[in-house]
Amino acid sequence: MWKEQKEFDCIVVGGGPAGSTFARVAAEGGLSVLLLEKDRDIGVPVRCGEAVSDAGLRIFHEPDPRWIASTINRIRLIAPNETVVEFDLQQKGYILDRRIFDYDLAEYASSAGAQIVTKAYVDDIIIENDRVVGVKGTHVGERFEKRAKIVVGADGVESRVGRWAGLKTTVKLKNMECGFQKTVTGIDVDEHMFEFYLSKKWAPGGYLWVFPKGKNKANIGVAISGYYAKDGKSAQKFLDEFLAWKYPKASVLTTVVGGIPIDKTVKQMVMDGLMLVGDAAHTVNPVTGGGIVPGMRSGLLAAETAVKALHNGGPARKNLAAYEKEWHKIGGKNHERFYRIKETIFRFTDDDLNRIADGISAVPADDRSLLKLFSIAVRKKPSLLFDVIRVFAGL
Amino acid sequence: MIEIAENKCDFCGCCVGVCPVNCIEVKEAEISVDHDICIDCDICVYVCPIEVLSQTDPRKSSKAAA
Repeated sequence: MWKEQKEFDCIVVGGGPAGSTFARVAAEGGLSVLLLEKDRDIGVPVRCGEAVSDAGLRIFHEPDPRWIASTINRIRLIAPNETVVEFDLQQKGYILDRRIFDYDLAEYASSAGAQIVTKAYVDDIIIENDRVVGVKGTHVGERFEKRAKIVVGADGVESRVGRWAGLKTTVKLKNMECGFQKTVTGIDVDEHMFEFYLSKKWAPGGYLWVFPKGKNKANIGVAISGYYAKDGKSAQKFLDEFLAWKYPKASVLTTVVGGIPIDKTVKQMVMDGLMLVGDAAHTVNPVTGGGIVPGMRSGLLAAETAVKALHNGGPARKNLAAYEKEWHKIGGKNHERFYRIKETIFRFTDDDLNRIADGISAVPADDRSLLKLFSIAVRKKPSLLFDVIRVFAGL
Repeated sequence: MIEIAENKCDFCGCCVGVCPVNCIEVKEAEISVDHDICIDCDICVYVCPIEVLSQTDPRKSSKAAA
């Protein structure tokens, strides 16, 4: 069907949570939508630690038990000197099974009327009179060209669609987290606990995580900043050393590789005939590295704007700019606060981290929270306290 | 010149995201570098989580020097 159709209201490049959410909301709004995914499967390969908050997920969907590998209600931080700090989460979180989750999001889009095509690799956009008017690519060896009123770059960390259009989506080295994860089994973990290892020896400029998927299975991964990766030790080496030390008997079920852009959201998210959503627009939370919910939120906001623009006025930048404005109003300010906090945390030495762990250890267990933790963490830089309170007041 | 150990690559696109001249292309199971555009800045070499990319010219690569 899509092969015969030459023009669509929207063409979405990329079938992750941001792209599928855009496609669903735009189709529900009466637009004709084509979603092009380069891989043969939606949701595979997973490139994610798969953690998400219940509250974040609920903005969009009632959590389906099929998506959830485990429910998390407690957090454990391990300092460089192996001091352990634990506290309850005020709001529960989940470790998802992204293969099922992403599939469902794409199905919702399809049920709403969007057409989804896998194995469709987009390698260029069509620009006429400074306006983006379509995409070019290959589908199972055959060239195609499709026109659209709006092309949506949901192409993840690569974000080439934006770059072809002249937007600045290249991630700076220090703002790229290099991620490597193994889903392992044959280990003992607390199935309701997020574990974070914080130290330059485990994960310089990032963190190492143990996200349980049941009692004997977990996503164990590491993200290190590109700034430190420059020293020559790869994310894979950091993780393999940790596993050899902590879980030498683990069996590996899956290996996951991927980059996480923890940059400020791109200044310009739209231009004539083009919108960027999700990782492609750098919507990932710069402190947590969480990208599912912000990506879906950007997809939703962009689609709402697209529906309004195409029903009334057209795809000119001035009509699409409402999305940019709305993003910065709802998430953008917090995003910038998180970015400033990240920039400070980034410079912590292992001694700083040990001191913070001691500080939070001194707080009674039932009075600990992420807000307290971050407040102690930024004591050296009191100007950040305001940012910390503002971001956690909203959580 | 940037060299790719293609049999090691997971096609995650991390290198594409940092490339300042957009000269790397990653398909479902293919990766290529356009050497005519590449400026040998080596940033892709640094970020690769699994050491797929390398700089063949030792004078330019901090990894090779290390």
